[in-house]
Amino acid sequence: MHAARLIDLTKFYFLGDNIVRALRGVSADFPMGDFVAIMGSSGSGKSTLLNLLGALDRPTGGQYILAGYDVGTLNDDDLSEIRNRLIGFIFQSYNLIPQYTVLENIQVPLHYRSNRRTIGSTEINRCLDLAERVGLAERLDHRPFQLSGGQQQRVAIARALVNDPEIILADEPTGNLDSVTEKEIMDLLTALNREGRTIILVTHETSVARRARHQIVMKDGLIHSEGMLITDGEK
Amino acid sequence: MPFANTLRTVRLALKSLLLHKLRSGLTMLGIVFGVFSVIAMLAIGEGASAQAQAQVLALGATNIIVLTVKPPPDSQQNSSGGGRRGFVVPQYGLLRSDYDLLTSTLPTISGAVRMRELVSEVRYLQRTLNCRLVGTTTEYAEMNHLQLLRGRFLSDQDEADMANVCVIGAETASTLFPLEDPLGQIIQVRTHRYTIIGVMRSRTASAAIGGSLSGQDFNKDVYIPLSTFRVRVGDIVFTRLSGTFSAEQVELSQITLKVRDMKDVVATSEVVKESLSRTHGAKSDFDVIVPLELLRQADQIRHIFNIVLGSIAAISLVVGGIGIMNIMLATVTERTREIGIRRALGARQRDIIHQFLTETIVLAGSGGLIGILLGLSTPLAFQGLKVIVQNFVLEQESGNSQMSKMFTEMEPRIAWWSLPVAFGISVGIGVIFGLYPARSAAKMDPIEALRHE
Ligand SMILES: Nc1ncnc2c1ncn2[C@@H]1O[C@H](COP(=O)(O)OP(=O)(O)OP(=O)(O)O)[C@@H](O)[C@H]1O
Ligand SMILES: [Mg+2]
Repeated sequence: MHAARLIDLTKFYFLGDNIVRALRGVSADFPMGDFVAIMGSSGSGKSTLLNLLGALDRPTGGQYILAGYDVGTLNDDDLSEIRNRLIGFIFQSYNLIPQYTVLENIQVPLHYRSNRRTIGSTEINRCLDLAERVGLAERLDHRPFQLSGGQQQRVAIARALVNDPEIILADEPTGNLDSVTEKEIMDLLTALNREGRTIILVTHETSVARRARHQIVMKDGLIHSEGMLITDGEK
Repeated sequence: MPFANTLRTVRLALKSLLLHKLRSGLTMLGIVFGVFSVIAMLAIGEGASAQAQAQVLALGATNIIVLTVKPPPDSQQNSSGGGRRGFVVPQYGLLRSDYDLLTSTLPTISGAVRMRELVSEVRYLQRTLNCRLVGTTTEYAEMNHLQLLRGRFLSDQDEADMANVCVIGAETASTLFPLEDPLGQIIQVRTHRYTIIGVMRSRTASAAIGGSLSGQDFNKDVYIPLSTFRVRVGDIVFTRLSGTFSAEQVELSQITLKVRDMKDVVATSEVVKESLSRTHGAKSDFDVIVPLELLRQADQIRHIFNIVLGSIAAISLVVGGIGIMNIMLATVTERTREIGIRRALGARQRDIIHQFLTETIVLAGSGGLIGILLGLSTPLAFQGLKVIVQNFVLEQESGNSQMSKMFTEMEPRIAWWSLPVAFGISVGIGVIFGLYPARSAAKMDPIEALRHE
C-alpha cells in the first residue's frame, strides 16, 4: 500500500517570458510507514517537491496520487481538506501562531476539520496527551516567544499530529537548531516512524538524513539518486 | 454553525485584537463616536419633540381655538363700529353672534367656551401686577386643564348675576398676597373691585408653536365672569400710548371649541373657517388654530430633524468604517504568515474570510457597544452642558428668551429603538468594510504566504 505516488511530476513557474522548471519529471513511490530524507543542493527543487506532496500546490504536469486522490484535479477547498486530514506539516521556522498559547497552537488544525469542528473534552485530552508526549505538559499556557526553538518545534510536531495524519512532511525541521536539540527532535520523529507514520523530510544535514530509512537526492528538478545512501551507524 | 464554535471564533478574534490594544482601541474610536452621536442626536431630537408635543397637548388635542387677531392697518379703514363723535372706533374680531352660530351649527363639538381678555394692572393695597384680565365662563378651567388650588372657579350663577368676583392665577396670588390669605380679599382692576373666590394651581406655560399662539402663561391671570367683563369693561377699550388715545372695539378675544371625536377635528376646523369667513368677509380679523395640526407639524419637523442628524451621524460612521478597513488591510499584510500557516493546516478560503470578518465585526461591535454606553450618558452630559451654557454663554437678559427657555427646559430622551439599531449598524459596518480585507487575506497563495517574512 502506498502513502503517496508521484508519476512524472513537473512544476514550472511562469515568470513573464521566463519559465523556471523547478521540477522536471519526478517519479517516486512512498510506501506506508516510509521514512525518507530528501537532500540536494540549494535550488534543486526540494521545497517545491515537498509543497506538492503537502497538497499546498498543484503540479504543472504528471500525477500525484495521495491516499487514492489525484491531487492535480482537486479544487482549493478539497486541497484544504486533504492538508487538514492527511498531512502534518513541520517547518524550519516552526510557524506557530504568535498570539496563541501552546495548547491553542496544537488545537489549530482541529478548527478546520471538515466533519467535526467542535472541540470537546476528547479533543482537549488528545492535545494534552500530545503536549505530554513532546515534553511540554508544563508549558501549555506559554506563548511561542516564551519558548526556545527546540520547544517551539515540539509544539509544531504536536500540532502536526493532532488530526492523526497519514504523512508527516518536514522542511528542514532542524535547520535552525543546535546538534543536541536536533537529536531530540530526530528522536521524536524516529519514534513516530516506528509507530507506523510515514515521514518525508528535507534536509541538508547528513546527520539528519542518516536517521531516515532511505534518501533521495535532487538535482536540477530531477531525482539524481535514491536508496540507502547514508546509513545510521548507531542503529 | 453551532453556538460553541461562534463563541470560540469570537474569543480567538478578541485574542488577536488584544495583541494590539492601543491600535484596536484607536481603530474603534470612529465607530464609538459615530454610534454615540447617532444616539445622542436622536435623544436630543426626541427630547425636543416630546417637549413640543407636551406643549401642544396642553392646548388640547381635540380643541379648536378661534382667536381674534388685529387686522393689518389698511383694512381697518372701512370697519366701523360704535363711533364716538369725531372719530371712529375700529371694530374687529370675534362676535358674540359668532359664538352662537358655531355652537348651534356644529354637531361634532361637545363643548365651547368664549372669553375676552385684556392686559390690565391689578392692585391690592400698595402692590400691583400686570395681569391678563380674562372674562369667561365656568367651562374655561376644564377646557384649558387648569386646576383649582383653593376656593372655587366661576359658576353659571356668577355669570347670571354679573357678580363682582374673580379667581386668580398662582403667580398673581403669590405676588399680591405674599403673606395674607387671598380668599375673600378684594382686588382692584382698572376702576373696579372684585372679591377673590378662588386661587388656581400653578401651571407650566403652554406652547408658542408656529408663532400663531404666544405662549400662554396662565399663572398671571385674573378670571371674572364674561357678563361682568361686558358691563364693567365693555367692548371698547381705550389705551393711551405716548400721549395719543387709541380705541378699539372687540366683543370676544377667543372661542375654544372642544370636538367630541379626535378624527373630526380637522374637518370641523374647516367648517369653522368657512362659516366665519362668510360672516367676516374680507376682514382677516380671526385665526383658527388646531393643536392637532401643530402636533403633526411638530412630528414632521422632528422627522426632518432626524434625517439631517442621521445623515451627519452616518457620515461619521462611514469614516469610522474606512478607518477599520484601513487597519484591517494593514493587519492582513502583517499577518500574511499566519494566514499561510492556517492554510497549510487546512483552513479553506472561507475559513480565513470568516476569521478576519469576525475580527472586524468584533472590533466594530465593541466600538458600537462603547458608543451605546456613551450614548446612554447623553442626558447626564446634556445636564452638564446646560450648566455651562447657563453660567457662561447666556447673558442675564437673554436668560428669559424663548430660545433659552426651550433649551433649559429640554430633557434629552433616549430613543430606545436607536440602541439596537445603532449596534446593528456598527456590526453592519464591520461586515461591509471587513469584507475586502478578509477576501484579500483568503486569496493569498498559501506557499507565498508561508514564505512571507
Ligand atoms: N514561486 C516561485 N516562483 C518562481 N520560481 C520559484 C518559485 N518557487 C521556487 N522557485 C524556483 O524553483 C527552484 C526550486 O526551488 P526550491 O525552493 O524548491 O529549492 P530548494 O531545493 O528547496 O532550495 P533550498 O535548499 O535553498 O531550500 C528554484 O530555482 C527557485 O528559484
Ligand atoms: Mg527549500
